[in-house]
Amino acid sequence: MKNLEDLEKFINSELTSKINNSFIKHDNIYLNIDHDELIDVISFLKTNKETKFRQLIEVTAVDYPDSENRFKMVYLLLSHEYNHRIIINYSIKESDVISSLTSIFPSANWMEREVFDMYGLNFKNHPDLRRILTDYGFEGHPLRKDFPLTGHNEVRYSEEQKKVIYEPVKLEQNYRNFDYESPWEGTKYIKEIKKS
Amino acid sequence: MAKEKKTLNLNFGPQHPAAHGVLRLILQLDGEVVEKADPHIGLLHRGTEKLIENKTYIQAVPYFDRLDYVAPMNQEHAFAIAIEKILKIEVPARAKYIRVIFCEIGRILSHILNVTTQAMDVGALTPTLWGFEEREKLMGFYERVSGSRLHANYFRAGGVHKDIPTGLDSDIGEFCEKFPKIIDDLETLLTDNRIFKQRNVDIGIVSKQDALDYSFSGVMLRGSGVAWDLRRSQPYDCYDDLEFKIPVGKNGDCYDRYLCRIEEMRESVKIIKQCLKNIPKGPIKTEDGKISPPPKKELKQSMEALIHHFKLFTEGYRVEKDEIYTAVEAPKGEFGVYLISDGSSKPYKCKIRAPGFTHLQAMDYLIKGHMLADVPAVLGSMDIVFGEVDR
Repeated sequence: MKNLEDLEKFINSELTSKINNSFIKHDNIYLNIDHDELIDVISFLKTNKETKFRQLIEVTAVDYPDSENRFKMVYLLLSHEYNHRIIINYSIKESDVISSLTSIFPSANWMEREVFDMYGLNFKNHPDLRRILTDYGFEGHPLRKDFPLTGHNEVRYSEEQKKVIYEPVKLEQNYRNFDYESPWEGTKYIKEIKKS
Repeated sequence: MAKEKKTLNLNFGPQHPAAHGVLRLILQLDGEVVEKADPHIGLLHRGTEKLIENKTYIQAVPYFDRLDYVAPMNQEHAFAIAIEKILKIEVPARAKYIRVIFCEIGRILSHILNVTTQAMDVGALTPTLWGFEEREKLMGFYERVSGSRLHANYFRAGGVHKDIPTGLDSDIGEFCEKFPKIIDDLETLLTDNRIFKQRNVDIGIVSKQDALDYSFSGVMLRGSGVAWDLRRSQPYDCYDDLEFKIPVGKNGDCYDRYLCRIEEMRESVKIIKQCLKNIPKGPIKTEDGKISPPPKKELKQSMEALIHHFKLFTEGYRVEKDEIYTAVEAPKGEFGVYLISDGSSKPYKCKIRAPGFTHLQAMDYLIKGHMLADVPAVLGSMDIVFGEVDR
């Protein structure tokens, strides 16, 4: 479908029960769906001849440590035929297991491995769920908001042991994270007092 | 008694001159035929996305240079456009033209490197020497405009950092006159070269359907006959005012991808020429003092300029709560930035979509059944740069 508004209406009417919310912004369609409907929605969007979102652009997650459903999964699809992009998202808990898209898009393989590596989310029916970007034997999930920017381990060559060794991070100077928020809008503690 | 089949595991890289960086490939070989390839990546992982979450929007720009360090400005472009769209900043026409000129220079930089090193991987040394002489000139242009040859940090949300210095436009124009001759010379060395063709024709064939399924973009997609270029289909900056062709391959093999890159360089030269001819005069960044820093001379007289300057380089500008995906046609394919802002001066999340990541993923599919000697040829034609694959 050429027109973005028509396409949004079409998707909404076809997948009524599966879509929580949808809107158009920045020339993209944003869809919020239920976690369980992922496979149905994606395979519909890929195969239907009115949508033809035949390319998976990216799979990623976002961490919101304070909310009840901690992670938001995001899928970006592109339709070459109609020149549209769609952004699909849903919220999940840390313990939830996500259905893998590898059977629909082979390219989802590494993207999901990256999400697994960076956020520690688990996928079912994934052929090869290993860490991808971090070091062999790495612990923790770097893109979670509670993972420190400096990491936990540092690596150096030890002259005594004649090999590369891992040590806990030692910083010569603490990592400086200044609060530059405008003072006339109130610093953090004043804002908190005002709220309560 | 049936002969027992023996597979050999071969570790290719991470320090191998034909691996184009720090790629470690675990190859399963049956004789000389590759049965399975398992790329191990991440040896150059620097945590760019995590770092960007902890930096203001201005401070985040240099990290984009360090992704695909062969064509730095193309990456900055995606990030700049993302912020501009959220903040609805109007970019002055001159800035758009300057950005397009330097993006196309970046494309030529990247394609020269790729075409010549691909030739080197299959045994031809001369193209590299010839090509790198031209890259040197182009990096000279980078240096004159931004102060550094590689890590430019030149694009800003709302325009570019500084106007191009006097005389640079005519020098770029002069380069554009001479460069097509160099491409011709490179072609005489490679296009009809018997050895080059033997090593590349019918190697690493990608069908149209597979190119889509494996999320290929850029030359990898066009080499397989899909006419798709973001500069044409989803134009950004001034690309819709420019005339250029999009070369498309036929067979989807390594040789077609090489031909596409050669043609793209010629088109890039044409684009630069048009830009130089049509570039208007005027400001080079948005004049909104809340986004772009004031000119130096105003700092001495204007209190307002001083405050803006101070706030911009301490707190940085704030970006309202939003979620956006923007993509540009980088030399290697679709380079995208998925940005979530939360109203503060630092991005809440910045996912970088690197084309090389998805291309390298298909290594196993591409190389299965080929000979060991084809590994460098396929790798070369994929145009892998580890800065962006590992991020």
